Amino acid sequence: MAKAFIILSLTYLLLGLTFGVIGSLQYVFPSLLTESLAFHKSRPLHVYLVISWLFTAAQGLLYYFIPRVAGRSLYWQQGTWIHFALQAGVSLSIITGFFMGYFGGREYLEFPPFYAFIIAISWLPLAINFFATIRPSLGIAPVYIWNWTIGIVFFFLTLAESYLWTLDFVMSNTVRDITIQWKALGSMVGSWNMLIYGCTLFLMEKLSGDKTIARNRTAFFFFFVGFVNLMFNWGHHTYAVPAAPWIATVSYVISMTELLIFGHIIYKWKQTLSNAMRNGKHLTHKLLFLADAWIFFNLALAIAISVPALNAYTHGTHITVAHAMGATIGINTMLIFASIVFIAKKDHANIFQKYSRTIRTGTLITNAALAIFWISLIGSGLVKISGQLNSESFAIIMKKSEMLFKWFAGSGIFIMIGLLLMIIPAIRVLSAKRPTPRAKRQELRIQHAEAIEKEMAE
Amino acid sequence: MQKTGLLFILLFAYFGYSAYVYTAGTDMSQPAQKREAMAGKQIFQDYNCIACHQVYGLGGYLGTDLTNAWSDKKRGEAYMRAILKSGGNRMPNFRFTDRQIEHLIAYFKYVDQSAVNNKP
Repeated sequence: MAKAFIILSLTYLLLGLTFGVIGSLQYVFPSLLTESLAFHKSRPLHVYLVISWLFTAAQGLLYYFIPRVAGRSLYWQQGTWIHFALQAGVSLSIITGFFMGYFGGREYLEFPPFYAFIIAISWLPLAINFFATIRPSLGIAPVYIWNWTIGIVFFFLTLAESYLWTLDFVMSNTVRDITIQWKALGSMVGSWNMLIYGCTLFLMEKLSGDKTIARNRTAFFFFFVGFVNLMFNWGHHTYAVPAAPWIATVSYVISMTELLIFGHIIYKWKQTLSNAMRNGKHLTHKLLFLADAWIFFNLALAIAISVPALNAYTHGTHITVAHAMGATIGINTMLIFASIVFIAKKDHANIFQKYSRTIRTGTLITNAALAIFWISLIGSGLVKISGQLNSESFAIIMKKSEMLFKWFAGSGIFIMIGLLLMIIPAIRVLSAKRPTPRAKRQELRIQHAEAIEKEMAE
Repeated sequence: MQKTGLLFILLFAYFGYSAYVYTAGTDMSQPAQKREAMAGKQIFQDYNCIACHQVYGLGGYLGTDLTNAWSDKKRGEAYMRAILKSGGNRMPNFRFTDRQIEHLIAYFKYVDQSAVNNKP
């Protein structure tokens, strides 16, 4: 069932990319599909599907990893089917609703509130399976159990919080409404990061065979830095909102704790690089290294735009989008694919071998295109800042950004091509039947040969 | 044990902070939101305007930021009415009724009056 979730998530990514490309082309060709699929439809389709990609992939990975961590099968097997059916049904209904113009009209969660209730119910089997199978004892648990626990709990909390607007107490006060919305969404991003980082830490433990990786003081120190940021860092989005000033101050101070993570990456850079050089031929390592590089660039950008003096200029520009795209494609997507490749290689080594080269090519194209995409978004943000400082009209700013929009739409197409080269092989491998005993023996031979090759290289 | 203790302290801080944000932290002196403005806000959501437009920087970037559009000399009420009536280069014509346009304008006026523009 875990693989069914991963395949479903890859389908979300495929569709999300399609609508993302359409949306980016609408920047270049303003009249493209204006009547049938205008930007107010293409964008929510893109956003909903890519957020679903991240959450559903994390759920699939959890369903795969939970029994392996606990050493027993899932507590409620049938629950996974209920989860899958609800998830797929809700998605189909939301997507159809968007095509028909049926919206809730809130940023990121643009579907009507009713669906949020079903989504919350659909997550219950995952929560039950996680807590009842692992039975986490946090005092002695490795850090990835902490990540997953917080990720699941905060998904429910932030989903509920993001619908507080349905209460008149919030809806009738725009400052409160906007502040709570930023708060809920900022922390919700933190919840999916927790789920994905948990999977990555488990993966790193498996790859290295070193159990201390997820149990030492450093691991927990950075977990708590991440957790504090999940809860309090959202406020840098609200500097322009006239709420109590110290909400911004708290957020600014918390944002600066990210410098600790940034400094740690720089400190470990030499080691990361030498590991990458040594294990570069292993796709999982390569994907982890690429995610690490994107963490570096995105963190630098995040810290910069958290400084109030800079945020006053960058807020409301494509620089914020660059940060979001760098994080979701460069970091989250690469980390998820690292886990997917690990599973594909472990369970279907024989078939995976056939597609390994294609996935490598896809990884290369995606990351090269993402670099151009990221730079062009920052560029259009800078054009907007310059235009605003010169009191130029919105139309003039858009006109001046045309070339950069072409670059970002063009590189978006290449991101899609690159990811297609990763998605389609991954679906093919994961949907293959379990290997026969003969094929299994062959897989073992391949793994054995690889192990010898690795040993010799070392 | 120390880690679990720290976790609970942080969770306690989070819930306390959330309660503050929900109440006193966002209870600043603002113009009262009239019924027309509330109706306008609902229309803004029903048509998913946030996909292209921003309010306080929240939303898409294909269209303009509407936080201070009502008092903006280059835009203002008459300009907004015209765009709402017939659409624009990038904006589809949503065929809003006159009543819907009134409500939307009331909402933009309310947002404008509640806003403190922090742009340099």
